[in-house]
Amino acid sequence: MKIGTMNDLTRFLIFAVVILAMPVWLDPLGGNYPDLLQKFAIYGIFAIGFNILFGLTGYLSFGHAAFLGVGSYAAVWSFKLFTMNAIPALMFGVLFAGALALIIGFLSLRRSGIYFSILTLAFAQMSYNLAYSVLTPITNGETGLQLAQSDPRVIDNMFVEASAGLPSTNLFGLTMSGYPGFYFCAALLILGFFISMRIFRSPFGLMLKGIKSNQNRMMYTGLNTRPYMLTAFVISGMYAGLAGSLLAITDPLAGAERMQWTASGEVVLMTILGGVGTLVGPMIGAGLIKYFENIFSAFNDTVLAEMFSYLPDALVELVVPVVGLFVGSGWHLTLGLLFVVVVIFLPGGIVEGVDKLVKFIRNREKNVGGKVTPQDQPGE
Amino acid sequence: MNDLVLHLDNIQKNFGGLSALSDVNLQVEEGTTHAIIGPNGAGKSTLLNVCIGRLKPDAGHVTFYGEELTGRKPHEIAQMGVARVFQTPEIFPEMSLLENVMLPAFSKRDGAFSMNAHKLLSRQGDIRDEAEHILEDVGLQEQMMTEAGSLSRGDKRRLELGMCLILKPRLLLLDEPTAGMSRHDTNSTIDLLKKIKSRGMTKVIIEHDMHVVFSLADKVSVLARGQIIAGGTPEEVREDPKVKEAYLGGAH
Repeated sequence: MKIGTMNDLTRFLIFAVVILAMPVWLDPLGGNYPDLLQKFAIYGIFAIGFNILFGLTGYLSFGHAAFLGVGSYAAVWSFKLFTMNAIPALMFGVLFAGALALIIGFLSLRRSGIYFSILTLAFAQMSYNLAYSVLTPITNGETGLQLAQSDPRVIDNMFVEASAGLPSTNLFGLTMSGYPGFYFCAALLILGFFISMRIFRSPFGLMLKGIKSNQNRMMYTGLNTRPYMLTAFVISGMYAGLAGSLLAITDPLAGAERMQWTASGEVVLMTILGGVGTLVGPMIGAGLIKYFENIFSAFNDTVLAEMFSYLPDALVELVVPVVGLFVGSGWHLTLGLLFVVVVIFLPGGIVEGVDKLVKFIRNREKNVGGKVTPQDQPGE
Repeated sequence: MNDLVLHLDNIQKNFGGLSALSDVNLQVEEGTTHAIIGPNGAGKSTLLNVCIGRLKPDAGHVTFYGEELTGRKPHEIAQMGVARVFQTPEIFPEMSLLENVMLPAFSKRDGAFSMNAHKLLSRQGDIRDEAEHILEDVGLQEQMMTEAGSLSRGDKRRLELGMCLILKPRLLLLDEPTAGMSRHDTNSTIDLLKKIKSRGMTKVIIEHDMHVVFSLADKVSVLARGQIIAGGTPEEVREDPKVKEAYLGGAH
């Protein structure tokens, strides 16, 4: 990436518009319902934060789900103890995730490469198992942490009498479910993107890239790499905490399964699929995986039969079972194949693919203009 | 003028049973270019590794302007003003030449840790100017925006030298700066190093090429089998019978 911020403002504005307009352009794709939109924004935050660590420094954490889980628990506790307002829940989520990241990061960053990954994985699995067993008074074990009528909610109860039924999360009166919930998440996603962009474009970001590129050289030019790595780790942990608290804000319950290693693996997949170390890549990866998970998994044989109804009956009977392998509960297969294709042919992720495509089209146009037929191009 | 920049006092370093350095004493005076020569395996690179904190000596002390270096971390030693050009260029291959030279300047400024994520790279005009200036010095200003990994080996070395120069080191250690270079590239590197010399930077240089040694060095020390066997001006060393035997005679 070259120095120069000429396009950054445009890039940021395009990102903001695309995110805010998601209900519009996802409608024809069948993705326009609030639950899914919220997931896009939340996992986008998670992946963008993860990319600050993995994309810039090259340190692959396999335990970021722990921060996601802690963010959720902290948010639900804030609902239970203080208020149903989203803002304190957010702050608690970020704060606790950051504190945990500080501890785990301090210990894990003593090693690099695969040992670092294993250490983070071990700490996350430890958190997961603790949440299930010893910490049951805090996490409510297998049942998961939920709101209850008897919760103190100290701040809320000072102002209004508790009504019958469970209160819902809100932002100063605005209920945080449905579309308002999505726009709240989207606003935070855009803020998160902005911060990540600033980090990428700062000396701090460049030094992190230097650590990824040649840690020795950084050391022998006088950089104490440890505090920088730890800062990057804590920042990305805080993003995960933010995502976790948003999960609780849009749906106020928290369970230990959120901390499991599969959740940590998912964010790694998102980042690699979209493009490690690119600004928008993680968001694209997160969107794609959540789309597959929610849309593809909903297809069943009846839906497929309808889709292929224009074919002769005999053919439909042949096509539906084959395609059926890749959708419905088989959506993992599609995702797996896509992942394999991306890693083999586009190690820079989907963003690299788009880059290549744009370059290809530009060259083609240039050559057509320059009286060279496309057939003369090598590599076509 | 005769301040001691680097002082190695009875340095001892063993790898297992092998003694790589034994009782090495070396004094480098301010503003001089001190060459260390010796046959392969004499312990020259080990000596530099001890100076920059990559290796810890088993016995003895290294002092830099009277301050103890032994036991300090590499980044601390670098912060004190010791820079090193490695035998295989240590650069940032995916970054542009400009970024390659700017990064060490940030390391020097913020190395001990300062949170600067709120600043933008495009606002670091002073460091950018300095980096462009350095690239001009090492003759790479025209390729400023190319990726460092695509440079030739000789240019990579020049780039690494630039990355060290922007640190304005008080002591520059060069590990075979012309190894693998063509005669033409070697000569231009000699010119470049002479230019730096005229600015009064102290240098320790490890070199095989006698042409380079005799055109640059004020002092020469000869290292053989982990010991300094001779030292003095280039002329003195050239005439020393021990050197002829151990180095010129023994190696060839």
